[in-house]
Amino acid sequence: MIYLLCLILFCLGIYCIVRKRNIIKIIIGTIIAQYAVNLFFIILGYRREGRSAILSPNARIENMVDMLPQALALTSIIIGLAFTSILIALALRIYEKYKTFDVTKIKELQG
Amino acid sequence: MLDLYILLIFIIVAAAIAVETKDLLSSVIALGATGLGLSLTFLVLKAPDVAITQLIVEILSLIILIRATMKEDLPFSTSGRWLVNTVITVCFIFVFIFTAVKCFKELPQFGYPTIKTSSAYLKEGLKDTGATNLVSAVILDFRAYDTLGEAAVLFTAVIGVLTILRRKGRKNEETGLDNE
Repeated sequence: MIYLLCLILFCLGIYCIVRKRNIIKIIIGTIIAQYAVNLFFIILGYRREGRSAILSPNARIENMVDMLPQALALTSIIIGLAFTSILIALALRIYEKYKTFDVTKIKELQG
Repeated sequence: MLDLYILLIFIIVAAAIAVETKDLLSSVIALGATGLGLSLTFLVLKAPDVAITQLIVEILSLIILIRATMKEDLPFSTSGRWLVNTVITVCFIFVFIFTAVKCFKELPQFGYPTIKTSSAYLKEGLKDTGATNLVSAVILDFRAYDTLGEAAVLFTAVIGVLTILRRKGRKNEETGLDNE
């Protein structure tokens, strides 16, 4: 059930990427899909009634969440920020050149 | 368990608003609501390090996106093959959901993960690294090359943004990096 909600979030991002025509909307779609994938990582490692992965005298494997997907999701989040900033730089450059954010109007080569 | 479902439904509603709103600035603000709800969800899912990082990254990307939408926005255009495009997109998404739901049976059940690699980290972590927070032990010691590559990607992205946004070419004498 909770995997299905995560999948719906991912499909919203895919719909936004495929269907919208505004470049900013497409960037928003990529950000939503990336959020869904990070959430999926963290959900895979969750343990019911678990505790966070910080050692203490009564820590055992049976009562702790999986920390490896969390470490990978940290890397993924930072790289997502870099990806978003490059996309927005490209979008601003396209706006300067064509004076529009609409992808169907960016056809002819200019200057 | 109920709080997790409430947060996830809030995230999905905020994402739907961000996708469907016509005003660009409202769309960006709804995206910020999505990211902050995601940060709270990480906190509920017992991942505090990821929640802090998500909060910071969300604020930064919100600032960048608002900077990008300060320009004039354009109205929602429905010209062209609007119906055909929508039908094709919805069909593709339904096929994708159908396949993914079939694959969900292979995943471990929610709340009962299969821990293999992390059990070694959990047993050896304190002895090998001396860090009590196992997430930082993993990202800074066991998988330090991963973090090094992440830093390399980040600096490459900074160089890329500066190169894309640079106004003046190499031919001009003043090489002022005008990152407008």
